[in-house]
Amino acid sequence: MIGSDRILGAVGLILGVAFIWGATLIETGFMVDALGPKTFPVIIGCVLVLSSGYVLVRPDPEPAWPALGRAAEILGAVAVLVGYTFALEPVGFVIATAVAAALLSWRLGSTPLWGAVSGIGISLGIYVIFHLILGLSLARGPLGF
Amino acid sequence: MDILDSLAQGFAVALTFQNLGLALLGCFLGTIIGAMPGLGPSNGVAILIPLAFTLGLPATPALILLTSVYYGAMYGGRISSILINIPGDEPALMTTLDGYPLARQGRAGEALALSGLASFVGSFVATIGVALFAPLLVKLALLFGPAEYFALFTLAFATLGGVSSKNQAKAAMAAALGLGIAMIGIDGSTGTQRFTFGEIHLLDGIDFLVAIVGLFAISEVFLFMEHKGADSAIGTKLDRITIPLATLKRSIGAMARGTGIGFVAGVLPGAGASLGSFVAYTVEKRVSDRDGTFGKGDVRGLAAPEAGNNASAGGALIPMLSLGVPGSGTTAVLLAMLLTLNITPGPLLFTKNPDVVWGLIAALFIANFMLLLMNIPLVGLFARVLQVPARILMPAVAMVSFVGIYGISGSTFELLLMVGFGVAGYVLRKLEVPLVPVILGILLGNQMEDNLRRALQISNGDWSILWGSPLAIGLWAFAIVGFVAPMIVGRLVRPRLPAAATESADPD
Repeated sequence: MIGSDRILGAVGLILGVAFIWGATLIETGFMVDALGPKTFPVIIGCVLVLSSGYVLVRPDPEPAWPALGRAAEILGAVAVLVGYTFALEPVGFVIATAVAAALLSWRLGSTPLWGAVSGIGISLGIYVIFHLILGLSLARGPLGF
Repeated sequence: MDILDSLAQGFAVALTFQNLGLALLGCFLGTIIGAMPGLGPSNGVAILIPLAFTLGLPATPALILLTSVYYGAMYGGRISSILINIPGDEPALMTTLDGYPLARQGRAGEALALSGLASFVGSFVATIGVALFAPLLVKLALLFGPAEYFALFTLAFATLGGVSSKNQAKAAMAAALGLGIAMIGIDGSTGTQRFTFGEIHLLDGIDFLVAIVGLFAISEVFLFMEHKGADSAIGTKLDRITIPLATLKRSIGAMARGTGIGFVAGVLPGAGASLGSFVAYTVEKRVSDRDGTFGKGDVRGLAAPEAGNNASAGGALIPMLSLGVPGSGTTAVLLAMLLTLNITPGPLLFTKNPDVVWGLIAALFIANFMLLLMNIPLVGLFARVLQVPARILMPAVAMVSFVGIYGISGSTFELLLMVGFGVAGYVLRKLEVPLVPVILGILLGNQMEDNLRRALQISNGDWSILWGSPLAIGLWAFAIVGFVAPMIVGRLVRPRLPAAATESADPD
């Protein structure tokens, strides 16, 4: 199996080279100072290439990656947050937040019922403190909250 | 007498009803944030910045609120260290060594009171240090031209990994990633687009608050998903929260030494509070541990690191305020807030906005007394907060992060970007790539480039201007030593650092 650090180093290396290449493509306008907009990005790209190269050649010991089940939980959490982002404006803050927080709380070990209760509690708590008391604007759904 | 005058004016700023209230709120929230395992100062401050910003707080009140949170977190971190042997944040790691054994012996109340007092001594002395030394450093900063600033920024990156960094190549990689992200957007001096891929949302660059909240707070939620079940619970009953006179006498020397060491560690770039408490503990052990009682519940082993981490928290404000170069994670986050409010720290801040600086310093003096009160008589209240389980706390953290970022941007794109940074932050933490250089890169990238370009503009493209003055040469030398030394020293020191779960600890 390929070590995580070798993958990290390789990704960094590719990213660094791409960054340098991207920097050379930057269009310079009429107004140019002595250094121009390309040089500093190229320097950064070089630092990235050198450091990634070192990580690629001399990797650290393998970190403890989560087991498959836990990794799926993390992916699930990412999915919940992405879904939440898209639901926020169409559905409104209170409902979207209650559902997302309930799902997260459930996956962190609450029973489904307690998860739902904490989700609603978190959502209403934030709504009351940040919107009603502090006057922060939150996403308004079709229902107005 | 200049300092006393300025300080008097500062107190006039700090002693308004609003600012006192914000300091009190900040202290309270900070202590809770510090006490919660997995929610440390940089996380806590990161989540609160967008909120403070959307609430429309002006610079001084916002800064007072957030530095009070920062100071409060330094106090609060010890509570879970002592009671449940889990450091509330990374600097509180050393506090577990003697704090938890004391609690096991039924002396939890005494340990909390003593460490609260040590925290107070450390941060109070450090705040005096800020008032005395920050203006001095400002005078030095006036000698800085663009070339010197460029060298200083390089120095900050070179030393940021510090002794705690396991792999300097990864620290350099992190810095390059952050700097690279900063390059995205329209170049300020020529108006050309860089790395925007034609995406409108990227024209203004990536908002560093989005990156900070994602990298720190959202990645924390994912880490909790991985380690679920590690819930916080307290089995220890609190006895009377007092300090016997004998204990106080025994630990006074330890507090003084811890304060001194911590303060110096805080001022130095790249050290931060974790190193401050680590060195304070190690030195104290060498000085006082004659009967091998350290690690088994010695009060001196509790007082020294606790004074040390609070003193370095104060010390770390000095380079941030006077040079604009933060030395630790949380001060980097505080710098982000200043930049958001259009305030650039540095010599100009002291001359143009003395009310901000001195109001802040005065507020910190007041906050220290508030924290002392909260953390000794009322500590039982905060101990109860630890019973809030992660399954409620972490969803709340995630949702509050969304509220904050939605508040400043109001756009779905930024929220997605934040989740993306959260995933990246999780992976980088697993791979032990430090996050603070990434943040600092995003924050300082444009300033660093500006200074480089200005320097070369002055010299007409001659690169030797970068090492054209003794000051610049000194900074470069310091930067090189700072980058290379950890590779040698770190090998000697690191095995003695307790092997805690560094991935989940919040950087200070």
